[in-house]
Amino acid sequence: MNQPPVSSATHETPSSGGALFLAWAFVGIPLLWGVSQTFIKALDLFK
Amino acid sequence: MAEASLLDRSRTVAGLGYNRWLIPPAALAIHLAIGQAYAFSVFKKPLGALISGDPAAPAAADWTPTQLGVIFSIAIVLLGLSAAIFGKWLERVGPRKAMMASALCFSGGFFIAALGVHMHNLWIVYFGYGFVGGIGLGIGYISPVSTLIKWFPDRRGVATGMAIMGFGGGAMIASPLSVALMDYFKTSGTGTLGVAATFLTLGVVYLLFMQFGVWTIRVPSEDWAPAGYVPNPQHSALITSSNVSADNALKTPQFWLLWVVLLTNVTAGIGVLETASPLVQESFSDAAMGAGRGVTAAAAAGFVGLLSLFNLLGRFFWSSASDKMGRKTTYAIYFGLGILLYALIPTLGRNLQLALYVGVACVIISMYGGGFATIPAYLSDLFGKYQVGAIHGRLLTAWSTAGVLGPLIVNYLHESRKAEGFTGAAAYQTVFYAMAGLLVVGLLANFAVTAVNAKYNEKGPVDAEPGGH
Repeated sequence: MNQPPVSSATHETPSSGGALFLAWAFVGIPLLWGVSQTFIKALDLFK
Repeated sequence: MAEASLLDRSRTVAGLGYNRWLIPPAALAIHLAIGQAYAFSVFKKPLGALISGDPAAPAAADWTPTQLGVIFSIAIVLLGLSAAIFGKWLERVGPRKAMMASALCFSGGFFIAALGVHMHNLWIVYFGYGFVGGIGLGIGYISPVSTLIKWFPDRRGVATGMAIMGFGGGAMIASPLSVALMDYFKTSGTGTLGVAATFLTLGVVYLLFMQFGVWTIRVPSEDWAPAGYVPNPQHSALITSSNVSADNALKTPQFWLLWVVLLTNVTAGIGVLETASPLVQESFSDAAMGAGRGVTAAAAAGFVGLLSLFNLLGRFFWSSASDKMGRKTTYAIYFGLGILLYALIPTLGRNLQLALYVGVACVIISMYGGGFATIPAYLSDLFGKYQVGAIHGRLLTAWSTAGVLGPLIVNYLHESRKAEGFTGAAAYQTVFYAMAGLLVVGLLANFAVTAVNAKYNEKGPVDAEPGGH
């Protein structure tokens, strides 16, 4: 069996946390807005 | 030249410490943008009234709904074709250049279509949004797939599920955004009911939004693997450690079995999505439920919205679950449970059980979305990571086929039943039984999937940049 190669993920630094947050916010905020709009529309089914 | 080199695969190899969780947002930026395609219907009414200026009263010279329906059809056909044609190119040049090409085509399609709307020339709109934009859809759809699988060999389903969930979510953003933009530009007196200006604005917005994906995406270095990664922990014969090229994949029965799997799952799902609004209104009308108790047009729109939500959630939920359950088992659930639920729908309609009916439809649509999101991981399991993006691109021709086949089957069967005098839920009965029958075909195809014969494997180590430099 081959040994798995050493991971560079082990070198991930805490400093990437801010970039990670911003990256997810960049796509997450529009997505959540779209989902909320659809959810509000879907509520009409139960009125 | 310097700008061009920044797009090359060699310039996108991640350095030490690059956080792999930055890759899903990069992929989402592309899929959230191109997912706009499923919100195109919001333009149909205004586009059909550019001459009269009143969507409620189109003029004789206005474009008809049938003519406008062709725009979306061209885009979806081009999505499948371009994904199939440009898949190998994508594997060679890397995800960044492909994402840039997608962004330019997709936004360029809006700019050309805006000109077509301004000149009231439908052929320019077909060429812009349909042809050029459709190429952007196809390249964009497959552009992050193999990169995600390389970064997440331990969670292939989670990673591709997140990206493909974005395609479902894109329409949820684009639909209210487009309506708001058209309202704004309509009152600004820019003409064309605000459609041309909205197209221009969306072109700019999506071009900029997709740049985030273009410049954030990275490919892992050749020797990279996640910490503690153990290949194939389930010891499944269906997860290969070898690699099959895109050309060889076409020669395997597994590729065509998965083509049938995707075709049947998507065709059946489209059967529900295509008819969702009239289906629920006709099945639970005032005549059936009692005066004032039937499902109204607004409530039916809510039903469509609910299905969209479950389509989105299913993409992530089922694809992630497939990492634990295995792809073959997951598809067996889509088909096995799907057959039961499709066959149950007419009975629930006849018995006027609205809540159960809605619940069953939501589960069905979650599995439709799950089918899209799980297929890249299934391909990667069977054919390896080498050219999985290109193989996925070729498999998407099944989606294009389903996009034509699904509405044809549904409309034919529904019209036939109506011609026989059936109304309400009964008019849709054969539609659902036919879809259940289709799923039986899919179940058998999935059941027949076995490990790929070793004679198709690439000999020796594969280059991540085949034919590249």
